[in-house]
Amino acid sequence: MRLNPSRSAPYVFLAPFAVSFLIFGAYPILRSIILSFYITSGPEAQHFVGLGNYLYLLRDPDFWTAFRNTVVFALGSVLLQLPLSLGLAILLIRPDVRGRNVFRFIFFSPNLMGLVFSALLFTLILAPRFGLLNAALHALFGLPSTTRWLSTPELVMPALIMVALWLYTGFNMVYFLAALQAVDGELYEAATIDGAGRWSQFWHVTLPGIKPVLIFVVVLSTIGSFQLFELAFLLLGNSSGPDQAGLTIVMYLYQNGFLGGDLGYAAAIGWTLAGMVLVLSLVQLRFTGTGREEA
Amino acid sequence: MRRAIVYTVLILFAVLCLVPLLWLVVSAFKANADFQAYAFLPPLERLSAGNFPSLFGQMPFLRFMMNSFFVAGVTVIVQLFFSALGGFALAKYDFAGKRAIMGVMLATMMIPGPVLLAPMYELIYHLRLIDSHLGLIVPGMVNVFGMFLFRQSMLSVPDEMLQAARIDGCSEFQIFWHVVLPVSRPIVGAFCLIAFMGTWNSFLWPQIILQSSDRFTLPIGLNQMVGVYEADYGALMAGTLLAVLPVVVLFFLLQKEFIAGLTKGAVKG
Repeated sequence: MRLNPSRSAPYVFLAPFAVSFLIFGAYPILRSIILSFYITSGPEAQHFVGLGNYLYLLRDPDFWTAFRNTVVFALGSVLLQLPLSLGLAILLIRPDVRGRNVFRFIFFSPNLMGLVFSALLFTLILAPRFGLLNAALHALFGLPSTTRWLSTPELVMPALIMVALWLYTGFNMVYFLAALQAVDGELYEAATIDGAGRWSQFWHVTLPGIKPVLIFVVVLSTIGSFQLFELAFLLLGNSSGPDQAGLTIVMYLYQNGFLGGDLGYAAAIGWTLAGMVLVLSLVQLRFTGTGREEA
Repeated sequence: MRRAIVYTVLILFAVLCLVPLLWLVVSAFKANADFQAYAFLPPLERLSAGNFPSLFGQMPFLRFMMNSFFVAGVTVIVQLFFSALGGFALAKYDFAGKRAIMGVMLATMMIPGPVLLAPMYELIYHLRLIDSHLGLIVPGMVNVFGMFLFRQSMLSVPDEMLQAARIDGCSEFQIFWHVVLPVSRPIVGAFCLIAFMGTWNSFLWPQIILQSSDRFTLPIGLNQMVGVYEADYGALMAGTLLAVLPVVVLFFLLQKEFIAGLTKGAVKG
């Protein structure tokens, strides 16, 4: 009778992960670094340029357009979406609100559409003349129904932010709801006894209570926003919209690497994106003091 | 008074969430000519299911759907098996190199996907899997997030259960298959839904490697339709509605598990 597990069992169970990781994780990561030092033309022809790709990228105005658009989208998403998500979660957590589960489901429901099919839906909702958005704005506020959301440069990013708001607010709210439920109710009682008002309770009890989840959601939303592609691509097509108003960093990568065929440059763009995401995450963690508590 | 404000805000946002979804359903049954005339709801007698025959007639929509089901189905089953097995090993065994493996897994999750697009394309090209469904399935066989999810949930399976099974003569794999996996049913449900939604909605990678229209998945095929059949709005909405139905059905079957799985990592840390 054998009561000790065999020593080899965990290694056997992890073998599929190990094999898959070596081929489709470790190898592409290393290959990507090497590739980023080459100019390529499809997968067969390549030419070593050292840091040339990175230097070219920093001087390419298109990259900076993509960078600016991506930052605008990320700021718009995080600064509009997350306060709204948190606000809705705080309203829903009130014990005197009825139909909490119904509201929670409705707020979450756009997520079932998924990013791609939402984008397809919004190609028509945002259309001038017969689009739902213009029709609603016309009926409610008398605004002209000819607004061309996706072909007016200044309106492209607001339109994308609006779609993302519709899609993700309820998703993030689910995280906040879970976090709020975990905050110790006695802390609120103590705060009330100490004479703390609603705002004071929010700042001194709620926010510290949900801080780990809040940071998690902020970092995750930022990382996700920086990888914006599908929404812009599906709504605007290959051309990335009027005056490249919808050009994002990943779209820039796609255009150069897979429409232009320069995989080396695509790898360099990828690592530049990875660097930006890493720095941003570290700044956010440092700014909120997450690293320091453990140190 | 205060409660009235709370309800007003909640209802207003609920309406904003629902109206586009209702518009999708209505538009799927709306004739193309009526898109101009009726922004939201035409008179009910003008609605018809006419968009669906033209959807299936003018494009290989059924083919897209079958392709999507094949790719998503195989991916979910393979990912489920390997992620659960790996998560089990990490949760229930002590072995040399465990911390290193988990460190590597975490590091992998930190690297943004777009970094790997170019080398992965090169790799899939050399494996001769461009324009194939295998090229979609093979790179995603193991889901690292899923391994963490299963590890987290399997940590709470008592060791005594495993020991009892060992006394009964079970092999280590039989313990996983007959004891640990069955008690992890909720997390299996959550994972299936998350993995299915991820694959079903996958766009960038299929857009890069698929070339022939008879291999297209739904997202790629429907997006193609926007360009080619510019004016057939009704059929596009009918297609979009049909494309999201499987996710909706799966969600209703698995929703309790899904919400639990979604928030597990975040709240318990």
